[in-house]
Amino acid sequence: MLERAEIIRKEYLRHDKKFPHVWCPGCGNGIVMGALLRGIHGLQLSKDDIVLTSGIGCSGRMPTYIDFNTIHTTHGRALTFSTGIKLAKPELTVIAVMGDGDATAIGGNHFIHAARRNINLTAIIINNSTYGMTGGQYSPTTPFGSKSTTSVYGHVEHAFSIAELAVTAGASFVARGTVYHAVHLEEIIQQAIMTRGFSVVEVISNCHVQHGRRNKLGGAVEMITSYKENAVMIGKAAKMSPEELEGKFTIGILANVKKPVSSEQYQRVIAEARQNAEKIASEKETNGVKRYEE
Amino acid sequence: MTNNDIHATAESELPASAPKSTKKEKQLYTVTFFYNWCKSCGLCSAFCTKKIILKDDTGKPYIEDMDSCTGCRFCEIHCPDFAITIKNRHPVRRSTDGDR
Repeated sequence: MLERAEIIRKEYLRHDKKFPHVWCPGCGNGIVMGALLRGIHGLQLSKDDIVLTSGIGCSGRMPTYIDFNTIHTTHGRALTFSTGIKLAKPELTVIAVMGDGDATAIGGNHFIHAARRNINLTAIIINNSTYGMTGGQYSPTTPFGSKSTTSVYGHVEHAFSIAELAVTAGASFVARGTVYHAVHLEEIIQQAIMTRGFSVVEVISNCHVQHGRRNKLGGAVEMITSYKENAVMIGKAAKMSPEELEGKFTIGILANVKKPVSSEQYQRVIAEARQNAEKIASEKETNGVKRYEE
Repeated sequence: MTNNDIHATAESELPASAPKSTKKEKQLYTVTFFYNWCKSCGLCSAFCTKKIILKDDTGKPYIEDMDSCTGCRFCEIHCPDFAITIKNRHPVRRSTDGDR
């Protein structure tokens, strides 16, 4: 009998692509990819029923390696392509993998409007606080005062909180995980896929090559250990005082609301419009026949 | 009544063999590293709960004390490169003299 790790390696990865993958040693993207694959394997979904889309960036390489129906789209437009796929083929499970810059800067408008529309999609946003692939420029989630290629004297702007932004914008399911809590991440990804409506999973990941090195946060091991120390489950965080929560972040399910899903409502509109059009056509036909008879 | 007798004898014999039979055998594991995909990031050796994953000169992981592995699978699920597999291992029960 094959172990789960072997099944995932043999069935879900494209071995004709160049392995090992392009990500740096210790990069959290590989851990997120593993959690996603284990989650989907646990849900027993067919590979043919899943579409994986991505934008540009380190995370954009993920669909290249996974053997689903995949599409590697333009920068920030993973959600727009996903919306199109979902409206054309509503029976498919569509998952969009994005980076923090991809989702909140270049595709920021698409992101908040996808959440507002509540389309039945799953968005996995890997937040590594920087633009890693292009050389470590600051992104909307770079913390205040931290250094990057474009903020050498410390960043002067404040950071987004992606998960809270998604809650406010109206997403059905919002959760936050880290790459250290990989089993928890797997569970919330499973829940996000099963939820009807727009579901967002923000994953706090490490970029020790660009962000960590410039801010002296250490290597992959030190950064991932810091997530272990600074992440607080949301239930526990509610009982803690603001002083205790200083410098920490909450993980867990931030929102889980049942709402009408626009992609399903859209199917209803299509069906009603078709009926109406048929009715008008048949009325015209009968009128035409009457006139002919007269 | 014969059933009861058998039962009684079985129970009476039990204490002698009890310490061996009730003691649960420790589950052993084999950790396999797929070195072609390993990038020597060091996550597995840093986070190993038993600290049995060691690094060689090039940073590649190896395990000497395989029997200490508890099968927590932390390294397997945290390996970004899909290079670790953990399997259950059954202890070798008799000497096979390399015939296996």
